[in-house]
Amino acid sequence: MRQFYYPRTEAEAADIVRSHIASKMPLRIAGGNTRALIGHPVAAEYGLRSTSLSGILAYNPAEMVMTARAGTPVREIEAALAERNQMLAFEPMDHRGVLGTSGEPTIGGLFAVNSSGPRRLTAGAARDHLLGIRFVNGRGEAIKAGGRVMKNVTGLDLVKLLAGSHGTLGFLTEVTFKVLPAQAETETVLVSGLGEAEAAIAMATAMALPVEVSAAAHLPFTVRHRFLGNRLPDGAATIFRLEGLKASVKARLQTLVSALAGFGPVSRIAAPESRMLWQEVRDCRAYADGTSRALWRISVAPSAGHRIVAALRLEAGVDACYDWQGGLVWMRMEADPEADMLRRLIKAAGGGHATLIRASEAVRASVPVFEPQAPAVAALSARVKAALDPDGIFNPGLMYQEKGER
Amino acid sequence: MGETIRFLTPKAPVLSRRDVIIADLRELVPAECLVHDERALVPFETDGFIAYRRRPLCVALPGTTAEVAALLKYCHRYQIPVVPRGAGTSLSGGAIPEEDAVVICLSRMNRILEVDAANRTATVQAGVTNLSISDRVGPEGFFYAPDPSSQLACTIGGNIGMNSGGAHCLKYGVTTNNLLGVKMVLADGEVIELGGKALDSGGYDLLGLVCGSEGQLGIVTEATVRILARPEGARPVLFGFETPEDAGACVSAIIASGIIPVAIEFMDREAIAICEAFAHAGYPLDVGALLIVEVEGSEAEMEAMLQSIIAIARGFGVKTVKESQSAMEAAAIWKGRKSAFGATGRIADYICMDGTVPLGQLSHVLKRTGEIVSGHGLRVANVFHAGDGNMHPLILYDINDPEEAKKAEAAGNDILKLCVEAGGCLTGEHGVGIEKRDLMRFQFAEADLQQQMAVRAAFDPGWLLNRSKVFPLEGRPE
Repeated sequence: MRQFYYPRTEAEAADIVRSHIASKMPLRIAGGNTRALIGHPVAAEYGLRSTSLSGILAYNPAEMVMTARAGTPVREIEAALAERNQMLAFEPMDHRGVLGTSGEPTIGGLFAVNSSGPRRLTAGAARDHLLGIRFVNGRGEAIKAGGRVMKNVTGLDLVKLLAGSHGTLGFLTEVTFKVLPAQAETETVLVSGLGEAEAAIAMATAMALPVEVSAAAHLPFTVRHRFLGNRLPDGAATIFRLEGLKASVKARLQTLVSALAGFGPVSRIAAPESRMLWQEVRDCRAYADGTSRALWRISVAPSAGHRIVAALRLEAGVDACYDWQGGLVWMRMEADPEADMLRRLIKAAGGGHATLIRASEAVRASVPVFEPQAPAVAALSARVKAALDPDGIFNPGLMYQEKGER
Repeated sequence: MGETIRFLTPKAPVLSRRDVIIADLRELVPAECLVHDERALVPFETDGFIAYRRRPLCVALPGTTAEVAALLKYCHRYQIPVVPRGAGTSLSGGAIPEEDAVVICLSRMNRILEVDAANRTATVQAGVTNLSISDRVGPEGFFYAPDPSSQLACTIGGNIGMNSGGAHCLKYGVTTNNLLGVKMVLADGEVIELGGKALDSGGYDLLGLVCGSEGQLGIVTEATVRILARPEGARPVLFGFETPEDAGACVSAIIASGIIPVAIEFMDREAIAICEAFAHAGYPLDVGALLIVEVEGSEAEMEAMLQSIIAIARGFGVKTVKESQSAMEAAAIWKGRKSAFGATGRIADYICMDGTVPLGQLSHVLKRTGEIVSGHGLRVANVFHAGDGNMHPLILYDINDPEEAKKAEAAGNDILKLCVEAGGCLTGEHGVGIEKRDLMRFQFAEADLQQQMAVRAAFDPGWLLNRSKVFPLEGRPE
């Protein structure tokens, strides 16, 4: 990288983008750079970073909405929310552990990768909480989309489109998002020793109960020791989280425990340890291992996750753990990423997608990091990209290779 | 009524070829699924926004995705405008046809294709009604959360088009938060699938873009939605307050306390009087505003939450507290609210606005709404979802009095501008349609609108799909 720009205003950012359109020099878009290793390597000599666009602009707890500049550290946002007993309900993942990066994750970066944790299963993803954005498009124009109210169907929802677009469609300058009251009580129910198929059934059973389980994950015996400093009971751990007002959690706990008793030994983890455990699940503690061994993030129907892993195990050395009732699989490869085989298995199991979230630069340069799309969808996505970034100035090739590249 | 909202000029070459087009379309759908007789077209002339009507070229009622694809391919080839339609319950004119348009109505595609209990999904055809999903999955202990007032009639395809909400979206979100995947046909007849049973989709979030796009990006033929475990019970409590300000402050305080009820509904004095006269629900008539707050869960949970909520309400000088001790009493509390639109329709014609404002602006916007409407010499009743700031002022007028109709439309426009100025938006759940199209420039700058239109054109470069809707007719890209 030859140079990083750190614009202090949206207008400055727009100027930089316009000058790069003129010179046809692409820009590497980033916030705190903690998730910069996700995606294909980007061939850009210049970087445009949001970290000098920082600060909370508006926060009214009674309205449950916050507006912040895109480069505001997530840590600062979470501290401000905690002070008023509120939270980001989608539990954004901190990728530093698995990617081995340092620096401060920013609120803009978090929405740019649509990063959601265990509560995504019941509370929605980052994109569901993003109400409005400001961004600079690939024409160098400052654009506003969405707003700051929870119900808004005025015009096309460009907010969702930009969320999860990994900086390939625009440079976020400001985000407005929904926040929710923090949970007064947290309890975890743990079932020990289940195989992956049994765990899938136990999780589906729990999620069908009217007890509002807010998260369900399965930590196989190969990774169990990495959580809570190896203090979880022996064997695989299938874990269920109950949250809410004290009286609610107490009432639901009994129903849940009795429904799970038939599956295996049931134990409980109380609030402080519970919170830590789910934070470790959120950040994929199992594979925050300091290596760059290929790590897949697979998103499929909850009942399909373990089947795909079982089928792949017959062909390759893999290790996996599960969140989102089994629908989010973190899978670490012993050797090759086996992208083609994995994607064939996903298709055969009813569809979904796999993202190679971590791999060496050489691997990320040759293996499709994001799920290849059907031709018609790929063509449509390319047209959408062109509608926002006609000259391909932002993060070229990070998600998909563009026409004429390489 | 004098029309103030313009439609695009019909394409003369299309109008002149009407007979040929109808003959050609007969090859694409069964004869009984093509409506072209003048009298048979009348029911398709308008939707829930009845002040405007247009007779379409013809109406096709396809039974399969392949038929939808064939129809769109044909219309694309000859550049014939298309207006998608579900049950025609749009309140913003989203399904109102045009003289040169083929209406593609999905009402025959009404099968529930699969209920997957383990993954808690239902896959349905687009013409399935909203309520029938909950009816179908109910015996297994599930429900489909978004519940627009028209849920008995409106279709999932229409819900996706308008990103519909409902009374319970405070807790469960709107359509976009409950939609996992679609099969859809693009303007050129290409069939694509977006999402599926996984919780998030790979690549760009085109599904998020399609939801709420008002039939401009393609025609959805199938949808996979999330179904949720049905709570053990639900119980409402009714509060009467001296003033709307007290009620508004109470809403903020409940939310600030960390309790998220499933619904918080607000009614003002006018709405209370109208609903009570109609439904005899036992609403207090001596209060300035009423809140219905509903909580869900087990008996113990509901009791604990309601007691906390009641304690908060007492802090705002609540005059009436009505707890429901039985299912019958609960139903009575909801009966008045649920009959609000019908009851209002009995005493006057009305137009229903749909702006959303930040919660902190509720009192101010309510007060100004009253002033705006009385300034036009009309009356207004307010019934709305207070928890999410989505306001529904009903402006009462006489549809047969052209002067009053004009005043009502003007008052409505002023209210929507007020909502935008207060930091809100033109429409929370009804959509832009034709109704709010010409107000879009109050909410968006030119570059914002041009960006949206460029994305729209990535899906439908020829602007054939529902082309008179959403975006102001002036200043569209060439």
